[in-house]
Amino acid sequence: MAFANPHITATAVEATEFPDLARKYRVTGVPKTVVNEEVEILGALPQEAFVVQAIAQFTNGDQRSTQEGARDKEKEPSN
Amino acid sequence: MGLLSLADQDQLRDAFAELPRPVRLLFFTQTFGCDTCPQTRQILDELPLLSDKVRIDEVNLVLDQDTARQYGIDRAPAIAVVGSDVSGEMYDSRIRFLGAPSGYAFVSLVQAILLVGGRESLLTNESRRLIAAVDAPMTMNVFTTPT
Repeated sequence: MAFANPHITATAVEATEFPDLARKYRVTGVPKTVVNEEVEILGALPQEAFVVQAIAQFTNGDQRSTQEGARDKEKEPSN
Repeated sequence: MGLLSLADQDQLRDAFAELPRPVRLLFFTQTFGCDTCPQTRQILDELPLLSDKVRIDEVNLVLDQDTARQYGIDRAPAIAVVGSDVSGEMYDSRIRFLGAPSGYAFVSLVQAILLVGGRESLLTNESRRLIAAVDAPMTMNVFTTPT
């Protein structure tokens, strides 16, 4: 993700070597991903589910797939 | 080479052979208080032997604070993966590793080298679309343990 977007920096942290970081982020099991010090993802997820969970809170509204977006537009009442 | 099996070496050699562009691993160390720096050096030293496109540049956290600051590194051992674009300009991939890259982290490091060196991304189109929407600084820390 870091390679794909210049705003993103991704760090793999070896938890046993940095126990202070593991404590700070309450790492009790791995893998554990922490996004912007707020969003926590436990375990390994399928790729797209992971991306959605990682960024949902930090990007505006339109996280739905383009298909869903088109369907919703059809439902909008025309004035 | 001690750490990689011959089969692993061959596999990596083949994977790296197709790297379109060189990759530089900036290895941040400090002389004291870094128990796993020697182990990290040992792991990293195996890689240039498998490809002339991979090189390791050691950066001392204490002696080269400008570089450390540039890459946002304040602990050791740490690795920043740096690529070259087609005109040879270096660029930061913003991929980092904190701690000795053993076990699963080593696999991730190899994947990062392949990605930054120009091999195909593993991201789906949908993932790319979602990721493109990020327009503010974002940090992702992935915690692992050596397997």
